[in-house]
Amino acid sequence: MEIYRAHVLCCGGTGCTSSGSAQIIARFEEKIKEAGLDKEVKVVRTGCFGLCEAGPVVIVYPEGTFYSRVKVENVDEIVSEHLLKGRPVQHLVYTDHATQEQDASKSLDEIGFYKHQKRIALRNCGVIDPENIDEYLAFDGYKALEKALTKMTREEVIDEILKSGLRGRGGGGFPTGLKWKFTYNSPGPVKYVACNADEGDPGAFMDRSVLEGDPHSVLEAMAIAGYAIGANEGYIYVRAEYPIAVKRLEVAIKQAHEYGLLGENIFDSGFSFDIKIRLGAGAFVCGEETALMRSIEGKRGEPIPRPPFPAVKGLFAKPTMLNNVETYANVPQIILHGSEWFSSIGTEKSKGTKVFALGGKINNTGLVEVPMGTTLRTIIYDIGGGCPNGKKFKAVQTGGPSGGCLPAELLDTPVDYDNLIAAGSMMGSGGMIVMDEDNCMVDIARFFLEFTVDESCGKCTPCRVGTRRMLEILNRIVEGKGEMEDLDKLEELAKNIKATALCGLGQTAPNPVLSTLKFFRNEYIAHIRDHKCPAHHCKALLEYVIDPEKCRGCTACARACPGGAIEGKLKEAHHIDPAKCLKCGQCIEKCKFGAISRK
Amino acid sequence: MKSLAELEAIRQRTLERINLRREDESTNIRVVIGMATCGIAAGARPVMMAFMDEINKRGLKEVTVSQTGCIGMCRLEPMVDVYLPGKEKVTYVHMTPEKVGRVVAEHIVNGRPVTEYTIGAAEDK
Repeated sequence: MEIYRAHVLCCGGTGCTSSGSAQIIARFEEKIKEAGLDKEVKVVRTGCFGLCEAGPVVIVYPEGTFYSRVKVENVDEIVSEHLLKGRPVQHLVYTDHATQEQDASKSLDEIGFYKHQKRIALRNCGVIDPENIDEYLAFDGYKALEKALTKMTREEVIDEILKSGLRGRGGGGFPTGLKWKFTYNSPGPVKYVACNADEGDPGAFMDRSVLEGDPHSVLEAMAIAGYAIGANEGYIYVRAEYPIAVKRLEVAIKQAHEYGLLGENIFDSGFSFDIKIRLGAGAFVCGEETALMRSIEGKRGEPIPRPPFPAVKGLFAKPTMLNNVETYANVPQIILHGSEWFSSIGTEKSKGTKVFALGGKINNTGLVEVPMGTTLRTIIYDIGGGCPNGKKFKAVQTGGPSGGCLPAELLDTPVDYDNLIAAGSMMGSGGMIVMDEDNCMVDIARFFLEFTVDESCGKCTPCRVGTRRMLEILNRIVEGKGEMEDLDKLEELAKNIKATALCGLGQTAPNPVLSTLKFFRNEYIAHIRDHKCPAHHCKALLEYVIDPEKCRGCTACARACPGGAIEGKLKEAHHIDPAKCLKCGQCIEKCKFGAISRK
Repeated sequence: MKSLAELEAIRQRTLERINLRREDESTNIRVVIGMATCGIAAGARPVMMAFMDEINKRGLKEVTVSQTGCIGMCRLEPMVDVYLPGKEKVTYVHMTPEKVGRVVAEHIVNGRPVTEYTIGAAEDK
């Protein structure tokens, strides 16, 4: 095995891959070879670094120089300057949003984005080559499995997880140890371990990043779980829309087999375990545990009533333990460092860390992992860098389409399972979508409800019909045709759906509507009573007007208008005919004098 | 199937290989080679290759080899700085691949700088 003097780490996560990191890696390899450096410098494709906003991301070690938004054209310069002559290419170095600093000598941990983070589930993402089991091994990989199989009884493993206080990271927040214990207690020679990698929330991508950046951590955890509950077979249910994750899982399973870390008689302990991958077709409801298991069985992905819970009667009618990807990623660390270490992080009832996918109107779009109890303000401002273009923060939506929108007054809420529920939202799988003053909250609620209506499987009436009726009401409101009684109707429908829907999808679908009604009721009222959208977003309630004082009559807007709605003579103030206006906004973009505005 | 001992061996071997991605400077020995145009022209690359060879051969874990630009004393190139944790840096001048073996054995492994190759010795002449 060769030792290289420098490693060029390039992100191969989905985000950076779609902005061209594969070409960048190829170019690096080509240029490094050309410069005769291929015996000295190694190019490594890693998983997601988390700072997707700055992608494609390249880090050069041993200096730890952090290059962001690298283009294929930049590669030649990095090779000839940095790798050949040892001079970091200053103008390509990452600029910290908060401080506007561009410091090549700053290590990753000192950058504002990473400073407040604590990475447990993402510990190896962006550090190791996910397609090389040796690198996982080097960072204490499969040591936890070794410890569990050779030094711990099954009961001790379950006890350790129980004491750690780990709760399900997929959304439910159920104590993981209890789930393991229930499945352990279920009698039967055949049991299953399953992994929910059907990450369906729009804007959420933490599970994908774990699978892409550190697939072995999930395999190791599933094997530990199999040992603990008495299962010899595991299933990973992963979306087919995650091709990179699927491929890396396949590679990882193959490598684990070659090393005897999966298969027959692992570590001569007499315990055998194997893992199969099942691809999901992308139905949101298949992230619900009972629907997921039916889908693995090859049946139509629809939920069934519980009880019996999966721990009693799950996959193929056998006791089954289903955990989410991120939950599993924590398990090896807990076994290795002990439950005390893990439970020292976080809040009283929510232990450890949580990964959030930051998206929407925020500077540092990406993946962050923080201790439970970190405030929304720290996540959004200190790590996320706040809203771009100096816009005012309006709300943050946590928990994906089934979560709620929290206003600025609640920014100092420490984030954990119970606080978010008390605030009217939920942890969910960890999506965090930030909205600024330009977002209309009624339209946001409508957007998320539209998603759940689309994704409802149709099995139970409250979800199939109820959410549709709510959507119709919201559509009326954003078109300015709502009535004040609609608000009561929405609340009544929401309460009934929450109480009677069969599965989590329906039970949580009204959340965005309820939370916006609670915190942004004045926006609903403005739409209904004043026929105005306070954020100037809803087309039906908008009017484009030209300020005759500012208009110079340059005709740029009139030429851009596709509807021929703008009239006026050269060098005279123009006028928009509301009857013809399509409200496309092209005139605003063309106007150089700021004379056009939305009213 | 790999035994526990074999897995541990893989761990150790790989750790050596990827050690430079850890940013723990307290235990890390750094060998920094001046590789600006002047350094390269004076033969810095063979010197660096010799350092890497020697470190590879001895399987030294906590040593990273990196480059830097021109320090300004081009007449003394190839120059190499060796940083031992907690000690002052030692600067070697007019380095050749032949001198590398002694620097690694005496300074990096045993902690005794090879005084006659250092910048102090060159300035005295």
